Amino acid sequence: MTVKAAVIVFPGSNCDRDLAVAFKDATGRAPEMIWHKETSLPAGLDVIGIPGGFSFGDYLRCGAIAARSPIMRAVADFAARGGHVLGICNGFQVLTETGLLPGALMRNAGLKFICKDVDLTVRTTDSAFTAAYEKGQHIRIPVAHHDGNYLADAELLKRLRGEDRIAFTYDDNPNGSVADIAGILSENRRVLGMMPHPERMNDATLGGRDGAPLFHSLAKALVSA
Amino acid sequence: MKARVFVTLKQGVLDPQGEAVRHSLLALGFDGINSVRQGKVIELDLAEDDAGRAEAVVREMCEKLLANTVIEDYRVELMP
Repeated sequence: MTVKAAVIVFPGSNCDRDLAVAFKDATGRAPEMIWHKETSLPAGLDVIGIPGGFSFGDYLRCGAIAARSPIMRAVADFAARGGHVLGICNGFQVLTETGLLPGALMRNAGLKFICKDVDLTVRTTDSAFTAAYEKGQHIRIPVAHHDGNYLADAELLKRLRGEDRIAFTYDDNPNGSVADIAGILSENRRVLGMMPHPERMNDATLGGRDGAPLFHSLAKALVSA
Repeated sequence: MKARVFVTLKQGVLDPQGEAVRHSLLALGFDGINSVRQGKVIELDLAEDDAGRAEAVVREMCEKLLANTVIEDYRVELMP
């Protein structure tokens, strides 16, 4: 059995095909590409990717319009049934706007758009996304965002820490995120949102493979699930 | 009936854009500015002409889309 993935595509998504390549490399099967106006998902999906980009031109707030698009109701239902969802960059913003992940992503503290490779620390291996990493492992993958400044109030931060839900932290915080947070997990550990782009560091020709274990973790966990 | 929605970051949430505006104003020689908070104004032209119903529906719009209540507050003003 091969893992069946899908990638949601919004107007303004621009990492959807990179994400599709990363899923295909790891699972051996090209994911379904699903337009935001669809109201239902194909049967038998194992994981859904919400890609990076500038959905709806970042109008109103990053991810706000995409979060209210028809397909996101189906994605929320999928997550509620225990499905795995991966949101990268704009995808992370969409997931916080839909309420599938807590907190919010604000304008970078330095106000500048940041596009560079950053060093991260893997904080937990207790998820289908991070199992192939070592806890405490340092990896280098790129960020490219204007609004990646993760905000959580003291109570939420305490919960994220207490429940081991911080997946990745920045070694040198580029955007002002609270507690250097680069990625978080949902309560059931099956939804991951992260600002850095693992799909852009998925092949040696892209400059490294530090993002590849994430997709291989997923493929391995979901094929045996 | 027209409605105007003011969306602002909650008190206590750092507003880096407001801070940048404050610094720029200081550089222009405007002193005595304790803080600057930047927000947005959304104007709606509604078919509804009952103020109570208009306010209720605009507040619902704020909760569902116009504001992210995790980080933002909103205020609704109605204009006949």
